[in-house]
Amino acid sequence: METTYIKAINDALRIAMREDENVFLLGEDIGALGGAFKATEGLLDEFGSARVLDTPISESLIVGAAVGAAAVGLRPVAEMQFADFVSCGFDQVVNMAATLRYRHGGNAKCPMVVRCPSGSGVRGGLFHSQNPEAWFTRVPGLKVVAPATAFDAKGLLLSAIQDDDPVIYFEHKFLYRRVKEDVPEASYVVPIGKAALRMEGSDISFITYGSALYHCLDAAAELAKEGVTSEVLDLRTLLPLDRGAILATARKTGKVLIVHEDRLTGGIGGEVAAIIAEHAFEYLDAPVMRLGMRDTHNAFAGAMEEYILPSREKVLAAGRKLAGY
Amino acid sequence: MERDLELYHNLRLVREFEGRLSKMHHQGRIPGGVYSGLGQEALVVGSVYGLAREDFIFPLHRDLGAFLVKGVDPRLLMAQILGKKTGLSGGRDSFLHAGSLADGVFGATSMLASSLPVACGVALKFKMNGEPNVVLAFFGEGASSRGDVHEAMNFAGVQRLPVVFICENNFYAFSTPQPMEMAVEDVADRAAGYGFKGHVCNGNDLFAVMHEVGAAVELARRGGGPTLIECKTYRYSGHSEHDTATYRTKDELLEWESRDPIYMYEFYLQKKGHDMAALSAETGERVKATVDEAVKFAEDSPDPEGPEAMDGLYATQV
Ligand SMILES: Cc1ncc(C[n+]2csc(CCOP(=O)(O)OP(=O)(O)O)c2C)c(N)n1
Repeated sequence: METTYIKAINDALRIAMREDENVFLLGEDIGALGGAFKATEGLLDEFGSARVLDTPISESLIVGAAVGAAAVGLRPVAEMQFADFVSCGFDQVVNMAATLRYRHGGNAKCPMVVRCPSGSGVRGGLFHSQNPEAWFTRVPGLKVVAPATAFDAKGLLLSAIQDDDPVIYFEHKFLYRRVKEDVPEASYVVPIGKAALRMEGSDISFITYGSALYHCLDAAAELAKEGVTSEVLDLRTLLPLDRGAILATARKTGKVLIVHEDRLTGGIGGEVAAIIAEHAFEYLDAPVMRLGMRDTHNAFAGAMEEYILPSREKVLAAGRKLAGY
Repeated sequence: MERDLELYHNLRLVREFEGRLSKMHHQGRIPGGVYSGLGQEALVVGSVYGLAREDFIFPLHRDLGAFLVKGVDPRLLMAQILGKKTGLSGGRDSFLHAGSLADGVFGATSMLASSLPVACGVALKFKMNGEPNVVLAFFGEGASSRGDVHEAMNFAGVQRLPVVFICENNFYAFSTPQPMEMAVEDVADRAAGYGFKGHVCNGNDLFAVMHEVGAAVELARRGGGPTLIECKTYRYSGHSEHDTATYRTKDELLEWESRDPIYMYEFYLQKKGHDMAALSAETGERVKATVDEAVKFAEDSPDPEGPEAMDGLYATQV
């Protein structure tokens, strides 16, 4: 059935709650309002206010309570109204959730999900546009996913809910209603830790995730007209990275461009580039290239936002340069 | 201008500005979100009026009026809201995510109530240097659920800081009604736990706000420490202009509209013997002209250029 990315999230939540009564949701305005973006629309009606819990404006509490509930057998799915606000619950994510199992001698589980509506391109400005995934991708004990398609949005969320570790789930706001595709109605999972090859080719590789996937696919289609065939690898999971898939495409084409909307410096692209440099150096025909948001804040004004973000044109220009090596 | 008239002018200016934003938003002339403070004018005017330029305020998303009363140029504020180069943040962020330190207006982030600990830092400087200035920190009853509020109030109490915490209780945090936010009726009760006084006041009654905040400001200036003032009020619009606010009833809105802060104040002016019809028309024209000019200035202002997004990050380049 044709389903939007946001509807796929809603479907996944509903399925998970039907399948397992231990699954419950907590967050701000997720009940009657159905969430700021309507991700939880209709769930209060079906499951009641005990399982669709409207909380005060207390991100630290939302994450912390999820950790506690998860440790004793529930499967909470916490919603940040915007990913940007996860900073207010940061300690609970990176110290409490991430180390729970470790500091209990491996004898604890923390089956929880923190949903983070992230991303730019929606004129959100400094505090409603952030891509804070790299704050978390260096924290062992967490898993970090960032679906780009509606199919993955559903399958990765179901995976994340079933997973016994804390999963930070970045859902891209720009894609919510713009991405629409056939998604099975039934329950299914997309495995955490597995990248997806979206396009096969032999000349250059794009390694990407989230909204940047679409810039890469567009650029690859354009390059195809110029006789350059591309691989497009969608990472989908950012922690742990699918090193096998990264190295396979790097070794195949020898030319890699990493693209993400997150800031360039300290973004996951640096890690991907290092993996390639360490383990596929002999296969490379060009320097590993990266394209990310410029190293500044998520500026509001239209021209500024355009200037700092990756775009189809910027990816295409970088792709041409790479192909030219 | 006589105080009574100046207050009236301020109330009307804030309402005109807010009303214009709402209209412009519906006409698609405003990029980004608009969080209307319509209905809450007495609260911002009454608390900020009479502060010195050196005093600081920490307004939040619904406190546009506080900017105006504190002395921020309406033209610059409008340019800020339109994301223009001439705006307070030069287009780097929208709406009220900007300040004007020269006017004693500290810009907030979106992270609700994160500004309260910062307000304590400003107050700490006033205390350290023996400056007789005060800090007003605004926050919603919804934001009062954040830990930063607790940390700020606790510290302010310990240090007897010259800060007045102003809670705007409009009974809803986005769609969440107060009983889902807290198990008490009055946020002001919490002050006791921090070792200072908390007062509840009718936030739609200009004089009540001026009386309560004024006394707290005087106490703070004399070194008597912080106070928490809770102003009960109501926002007429939805949370943002996109929100149709179906979580509350029409009757509830009507009831609050019948307690409109400006009507109440006009009633007072009339009792004082002013010709209200004439005064209202004349004031209306003046504030309309001010806002017209602000809109013209802002809309005629250039948009920032893309590369300007890289400016303003560091005071010293390495
Ligand atoms: C830390 C944080 N969490 C969530 C939000 C999203 N948000 C913006 S305004 C708002 C409601 C605020 O309610 P309240 O503090 O009562 O102020 P009001 O809007 O009613 O004036 C929410 C949840 C935010 N801005 N910051």
